[in-house]
Amino acid sequence: MRHDHIISAKQLSRADIEAVLDHAAAIAEEPGAYSDRHADTLLGMLFFEPSTRTKMSFTTAMKRLGGDIVDMGSVESSSVKKGESLADTVRVVEGYADALVLRHPMEGSAKMASEFVDVPLVNAGDGAGQHPTQTLLDLYTIRESAGFDDLTIGIMGDLKYGRTVHSLAHALTNVDARQHFVSPESLQLPRSVRYDLHQEGAEVREHTDLDEILPELDVLYVTRIQRERFPDEGEYREVAGQYQIDSETLAAAKDDLTVMHPLPRVDEIAHDVDDTDHAKYFQQAHNGVPVRMALLDLMLGGEPE
Amino acid sequence: MSDDDQQLRVSKIRNGTVIDHITGGQALNVLAILGIDGTSGESVSVAMNMPSDRLGKKDIVKVEGRELSQNEVDVLSLIAPAASINIVREYDVVEKHRVERPSMVEGVLECPNHNCITTEDEPVESRFAVVDDGVRCEYCDTIIRDNLPAHILAD
Ligand SMILES: [Zn+2]
Repeated sequence: MRHDHIISAKQLSRADIEAVLDHAAAIAEEPGAYSDRHADTLLGMLFFEPSTRTKMSFTTAMKRLGGDIVDMGSVESSSVKKGESLADTVRVVEGYADALVLRHPMEGSAKMASEFVDVPLVNAGDGAGQHPTQTLLDLYTIRESAGFDDLTIGIMGDLKYGRTVHSLAHALTNVDARQHFVSPESLQLPRSVRYDLHQEGAEVREHTDLDEILPELDVLYVTRIQRERFPDEGEYREVAGQYQIDSETLAAAKDDLTVMHPLPRVDEIAHDVDDTDHAKYFQQAHNGVPVRMALLDLMLGGEPE
Repeated sequence: MSDDDQQLRVSKIRNGTVIDHITGGQALNVLAILGIDGTSGESVSVAMNMPSDRLGKKDIVKVEGRELSQNEVDVLSLIAPAASINIVREYDVVEKHRVERPSMVEGVLECPNHNCITTEDEPVESRFAVVDDGVRCEYCDTIIRDNLPAHILAD
């Protein structure tokens, strides 16, 4: 695999995905073996909105490969504040670094930025658009805990605005997973995503009630329903309350059900789930490091084992 | 053929464009695509819902003193896929061709997603892929299905 830029999980074939996940697994097995793989390599961090967790994960990944980061810092202290275009900013910063990581609040920003630079660029989230490294670490976690064969997955919560969900659903069409979408009617999948899934031959099965399919699931991927999606507090509480799970809810599930969440969570997964074998969301967050190490290594010209 | 000639003769224009075989009822949208609302003084004639062997009903638009840009033709093809463009000089049709559905339209439509990077002051043109049921922003994936003329970029 050699992609100049990683903009969207949609650009990745099943073979690409497997190559990253296999490489990530090899790295996770023996992280020390990679610690001077990319000495002298600098990763340029362009975070136009705060996302401490994603930034830490990329920073850790680059440093564990022996390299370092150069950081634009916050938008308030940069030239962007003075009205510089994104196209100009990336063209300046590419001169400082061997690869770029971009987080930006507007959709399409990473694709546009990639058209102006020659160094590889990774999209670390473009508004409500794509966040391909999140998708890769989700896939890694699913493969690690449930496998890709004969997989039945439920994706629950805010399916309308949740970009994590859109990207994951699309990526899962590569592995023939049976996908069930569980959400309130007002937060169902948007039509562009539905269109894509149909194009890929996936059957979109939608539910408003988790109980309908919980017993069939190998994986339950939970996302947050945000307060601002609802006109008033009362309606939010009533609707969101139906999409929260606790250990009692999970009594109806398979023993080996894997529960995932992109974190941070608020109250959609009760703390009493944390102590069960179902809980894989912290492991999922940790997986971000080997997966990003694998992706950076492959982008920067490393060969998979 | 002779049918066409007859209709072109109804109100001949001297120099300009006759757009024929427009999907019935779309003539006003075609004018919108051309940015014609009557205020800039061109002589325009419109025939709507004329009988047509091929389409059942068709519209015809004739514009004096105006030829179309490729971008205009591209968008036009999306709402009137059977349209033909006749370029008229000194009362004669000097060029006639059917519109072709493009795979991409660039720099013509504005993305309706206000959070799309193409709506910002960046050195990039909007780009939409033509898909089965509309057009789709190449940057943010937003699909426009209905009322394309309402999304034409202001000059
Ligand atoms: Zn757009």
